[in-house]
Amino acid sequence: MDRATGITLRILRGHADLIILAVLILIVLPLMLDIFRLNLVGKYLTYAFVAVGIVLCWGYGGILSLGQGVFFGLGGYCMAMFLKLEASDPASTSIQSTPGIPDFMDWNQLTELPWFWEPFHSFAFTLFAVLAVPGILAFVVGLAMFKRRVGGVYFAIITQAVAAILSILIIGQQGYTGGVNGITDLKTLLGWDIRTDSARYALYFLNGALLLTVLVVARLIIGSKFGKLLVALRDREDRVRFSGYDVSNFKIFIFVVAAMMAAVGGAMFTLQVGFMSPSFVGVGPSIDMVVFAAVGGRMSPVGAVYGSLLVNWARTAFSESFPELWLLAMGAIFIGVVMLFPNGLAGMVDGMKGGFIRSTARLGGPTGASRGAPVPDQWPVGRPRAPTACERGALEPGGSVSVTGPSDHDLADRQGSLAH
Amino acid sequence: MDKRIVLAVEDLGVTFDGFKAVDGVNLYVEQDEMRVVIGPNGAGKTTLLDLICGRTRASSGSIRFLDRELTQIPEYRRVRLGVGRKFQNPSIYESLTVLENLEVSYPRGRTVFGSLAFKRTPEVLQRIEEVAAMVYLGDLLQVAAETLSHGQMQWLEIGMLLMQEPQLLMLDEPVAGMSVSERQATAELLQRICKGRSVVVIEHDMDFVRSIAHRVTVLHQGKVLAEGSMAKVQADPRVVEVYLGH
Repeated sequence: MDRATGITLRILRGHADLIILAVLILIVLPLMLDIFRLNLVGKYLTYAFVAVGIVLCWGYGGILSLGQGVFFGLGGYCMAMFLKLEASDPASTSIQSTPGIPDFMDWNQLTELPWFWEPFHSFAFTLFAVLAVPGILAFVVGLAMFKRRVGGVYFAIITQAVAAILSILIIGQQGYTGGVNGITDLKTLLGWDIRTDSARYALYFLNGALLLTVLVVARLIIGSKFGKLLVALRDREDRVRFSGYDVSNFKIFIFVVAAMMAAVGGAMFTLQVGFMSPSFVGVGPSIDMVVFAAVGGRMSPVGAVYGSLLVNWARTAFSESFPELWLLAMGAIFIGVVMLFPNGLAGMVDGMKGGFIRSTARLGGPTGASRGAPVPDQWPVGRPRAPTACERGALEPGGSVSVTGPSDHDLADRQGSLAH
Repeated sequence: MDKRIVLAVEDLGVTFDGFKAVDGVNLYVEQDEMRVVIGPNGAGKTTLLDLICGRTRASSGSIRFLDRELTQIPEYRRVRLGVGRKFQNPSIYESLTVLENLEVSYPRGRTVFGSLAFKRTPEVLQRIEEVAAMVYLGDLLQVAAETLSHGQMQWLEIGMLLMQEPQLLMLDEPVAGMSVSERQATAELLQRICKGRSVVVIEHDMDFVRSIAHRVTVLHQGKVLAEGSMAKVQADPRVVEVYLGH
């Protein structure tokens, strides 16, 4: 029994950040806020799904996508199509020239439902499509890019192009997509009115539970060998490739995972906010979502949730008082965070927790010892940091000669080798 | 010959914009052999290793490894067949610990789902400890790789390759930036690891070459200039000219 409680305690301590977040989302916020504000928080939290995916993709895998809004939007549109069909039954659309199809189609002189709308009569298909449509698109884009070893800035630009294309397509095809207004006037989900307060509470909690599930999934991925490989291929792609891994498959997988996470967020957005429009698909919102992840800390999925909450709360607070200044303020937040706290909020919290210990360890003592490993006194491991590639290159073949402050006999040794 | 040929490079060539970086190279490496490739800067040494491991595609010729043609195989498959390559600058994962660096190099769980399901079993740990001890990092398993000294990073990368138990190990300047005592330790390490496999080393330090080489191949302007024992190669007037003539 005692051993079991010990293990439980250890698990709890290892995941304290997740538990605190769960308490905040599922207990504290619902008790503190009225349903209007809580619904707003729920909306912010749908962006957090995207931000968590960006942390995995960008923070860990080094793949910067500036088009995650595409997947958020596709997930949201899939859900909106189902809800719209349910809201467009022949009885409530009897004044249209073609009753039984969504109103915007009628306004655009469509007389029958387009073929790709048909399957969205089925809720099961819709749930499947919410994950599958963005997942397949991400797979195709990933396959085309990563197999050809397109990466870095080029990949970011291409994802932006995809975002631009999709939003233009949606706006242009008004009769099929609702155009710039998006899909609006959503009423019920399987007969359950989603506009009531009780439905909003239920959806908020469903959203929170899904987000926590996504965070657990993220944690499992990060903790696995796959997670370490992600970091490895971010830092040294060639080394991973020449260790026998087909690097592109790993990138495609994490990109698809991030896309599916974003899609769940999009579907929950549609349910909680009651519409979906191209303004969540394009380049602008996609970049906003990267900012959420950067503010929260690009190596911390939990941080990304706080980042989304904070930036969006600031956006709401700011734009209520100074609407035209918001964009400037957001830019300032982003620049400030990146310059002062490259690891975002999560980095700040870590810094406060471990700052003292780490700084003493880095200045004097060997870091190895502080991590609990015995250090042979022969090798200087208490270095401030590893030299960067260019420093190393500049010092070749002497390697890390003087930056490191090695012990005297080691220095003498190295000078010997240089003279030699 | 009693020992089998592990690597047979024949008439290998690669051209970059008309420049022949490697031109008609023949190279045969036996089991248990330690071959050192030397040559002045720009002789094509690193390019030769790039061609064998697949980082660069050959324009002509063949590379046979254990009687399999490698030229059309993608690089990660060559690794799985048993070709290991260490890069010139230590190429390790700085943000991971020494243990994680070795674990990531363990030749299981190499597919996406395999790596998600991979577990750090006692067997894996034992192998990691074995290799870490071999490359003098046994006491530093929990240390972040970025805090290692330059020489230790070189060893770690060799250890990462050893995790994969390659049949052919190619090392590009493994003692660059090492102190004298580290060089000596590396020479001993290489002598130990070339048992049961073949090792190809690129090196500039002639004392080090003398201490490890079984045979030496001299490259010059993409071609093999001389080959044989260190003594024979050093006595070759063409080699002397290449190294001292200009």
